[in-house]
Amino acid sequence: MSANRVRVVVTGLGATTPVGGDVTSTWTALLAGQSGVKALTTDWIDTVPVKFAGTAAVDPAEVLPRPEARRLDRSEQFAMVASREAWQDAGSPEVPPERLGVVVSSGIGGINTTLSAYDTYRERGWNRLSPFTVPMLMPNGPAAWIGLDLGAQAGVHATVSACASGAEAIGHAMDMIRVGRADVVVAGGTEAAIHGLNIAAFAAARAMSTRNDDPAGASRPWDRGRDGFVLGEGAGIVVLESEEHARARGAHIYAYCSGVGYSADAHHITQPEPDGRGIIMAMTQALTDAGVTGHDIKHVNAHATSTPAGDVGEVQAVAKAIGTHPLVTSTKSMTGHLLGGAGGIESVFTIKALQERVVPATINIDDLDDGIEVDIVHGKNRTLPDGDVAAVNNSFGFGGHNVTVVFKGA
Amino acid sequence: MAATEQDILQGLGKIINEITGIPASEVTPEKSFVDDLDIDSLSMVEIAVAAQDEFGVEIPDDQLKNLKTVKDVLTFIQN
Repeated sequence: MSANRVRVVVTGLGATTPVGGDVTSTWTALLAGQSGVKALTTDWIDTVPVKFAGTAAVDPAEVLPRPEARRLDRSEQFAMVASREAWQDAGSPEVPPERLGVVVSSGIGGINTTLSAYDTYRERGWNRLSPFTVPMLMPNGPAAWIGLDLGAQAGVHATVSACASGAEAIGHAMDMIRVGRADVVVAGGTEAAIHGLNIAAFAAARAMSTRNDDPAGASRPWDRGRDGFVLGEGAGIVVLESEEHARARGAHIYAYCSGVGYSADAHHITQPEPDGRGIIMAMTQALTDAGVTGHDIKHVNAHATSTPAGDVGEVQAVAKAIGTHPLVTSTKSMTGHLLGGAGGIESVFTIKALQERVVPATINIDDLDDGIEVDIVHGKNRTLPDGDVAAVNNSFGFGGHNVTVVFKGA
Repeated sequence: MAATEQDILQGLGKIINEITGIPASEVTPEKSFVDDLDIDSLSMVEIAVAAQDEFGVEIPDDQLKNLKTVKDVLTFIQN
């Protein structure tokens, strides 16, 4: 930790989620405890054991101009909608193209395009494919389209690490600014994976909730009755900027993006490591990187996806790495799990919590599980103290990827 | 089924509008795709794919590159 290191601030937020088409409507819904999880009525629904998901509150294809929407995979549409909101929110900063970067990723890429294009190819032949099929299915597509939209030339990257992708993107974006490769970076995560094949595959891994009689109650992190995660879709994007650049243009500063920690479990391809060694390491490194102690962290937006194996282990690791005092919540109880989009929207929520000094309650906790020492926010929203406050967003992914991002109140 | 030139022009205008956002009313026979309508080569492929479905014709790549104006496409489809 060097005292004179470049400091990175957050100057713009964008989100499109199962509970709202932008940041304001999403945040209002979270504070009201609204679930975005709904019963599905798609034509493949009888082929899968899970009949619900967190579908986007606003269809991005209805928001974007038609010629643009038809060239973008749904994951790219979400990313574009959220990035334009974030960019506008940041005041559309004037920045030389060679000082502007993009780091945006999804966990799965343009899977809807891959599958529908395969059908077209098999049923009607290669020459019926859109010439935009490849840029629609490639995992770097969302980052590339945002880069084109903004004219970013400092580097456009996609950091693929399953459900840690969005948080990892924000960490890399912060590092791009710290090492001097860019002054402004648009960063976050997106996902559009509500498709029969994905649900079938996650169900085959026995990872999903099958609470089909109660979709809105299905995502219930830390509740004793939890039975798996709920798939969601959407995107969350932040505009990161060097503090010097933001101050010079008089930008509104939401928060500092002050540290990131990465680790890998090296344990199992899908199961969490039972002692939490990897996630403790990610959190500890993030705190060190941010120059804060556990005492400074007042809030954790947990990864907690409502799986039997993961939720309690994570907060036991929080207790070890940070302490039992932070107000811990899982907004996935309302949005479902956006996979690669999770770290994007949950970073937005962590920043909103710091800005407004309020932590939205986790919904659906009727019977808190055993073994939890931390302060889980449920029943009602809780306020954060005034003064210097820092918060943490955790994101973990299949493959054993662990990412913790630290934000500090402005 | 013989579509009239007017039918084809209308259908083509709709396709071009859908793909590029250019108003269908601007799609008139004398217009050049590149010079007047600012349509790039990949968009031309998209238009060709849609036109093949709409009008039930095959437009091979070596023919597509010769279709410079709206009129060229109308003539190709009619023949």
